[in-house]
Amino acid sequence: MKWLNILIMLLFAALMLYATVGLPDHADPQAPASTHVSPTYIEDTIKDTHTPNIVTSVLADYRGYDTLGETVVIFTAGLACVLILMKRK
Amino acid sequence: MIKQHYQSIIIQTICSLLIPFIQLFALYVIFHGHYGPGGGFQGGVLLAVSVILQRLYLGTKISYRKFSPKLALALGASGLLIYGLAGIIPMAYGASFLDYGSLPLFWVHEAERRALGILIVEIGIGLGVFGTLVLIFDNLVGERW
Repeated sequence: MKWLNILIMLLFAALMLYATVGLPDHADPQAPASTHVSPTYIEDTIKDTHTPNIVTSVLADYRGYDTLGETVVIFTAGLACVLILMKRK
Repeated sequence: MIKQHYQSIIIQTICSLLIPFIQLFALYVIFHGHYGPGGGFQGGVLLAVSVILQRLYLGTKISYRKFSPKLALALGASGLLIYGLAGIIPMAYGASFLDYGSLPLFWVHEAERRALGILIVEIGIGLGVFGTLVLIFDNLVGERW
């Protein structure tokens, strides 16, 4: 059983290593992830939002819905802590 | 339980000197998010750290009088409310949810309105994180409030 597990792990490791060959190079401007919406963000940030920091404009403006969810998650986690740990009479 | 404050004059002096600078740096981090690293999450954590340091060196009895846990709860909830309102108010002006370009700040250009919207949202995030972290600390200490 132990050797079977090791064999399966080795097979998966080989599969992963084989898959890395097909990945784009590090910081490749022609990679699919860099050609979809990133050029629009980089070119239009100053025109759209007057914010020099692209990270902030993506976080709070282009992807504001996402950040709203994060804030709700944090506050809900805090409320859950309060409900569990609060001292009652 | 943090019942009574430290008697050491060194700890009291250092902490009371340090706290205003931590708070000033937290405000800088929140408001500098447009131009460099920083933003609501990081600034909110720094603000929470300043209050937690005060809890640690003053003890909960005095510190709760200066900054009550109920105030932390109210601030955290109002931070979330600010974010939600920044999303909903543009809908009243015919734009989509979270479209800061339609916030009712008519004296500035549309792109400036978006920058101000980002600032409002960052302040909301900062308040939310601040209140939540202080609340978690106060409940871990386990004193009734």
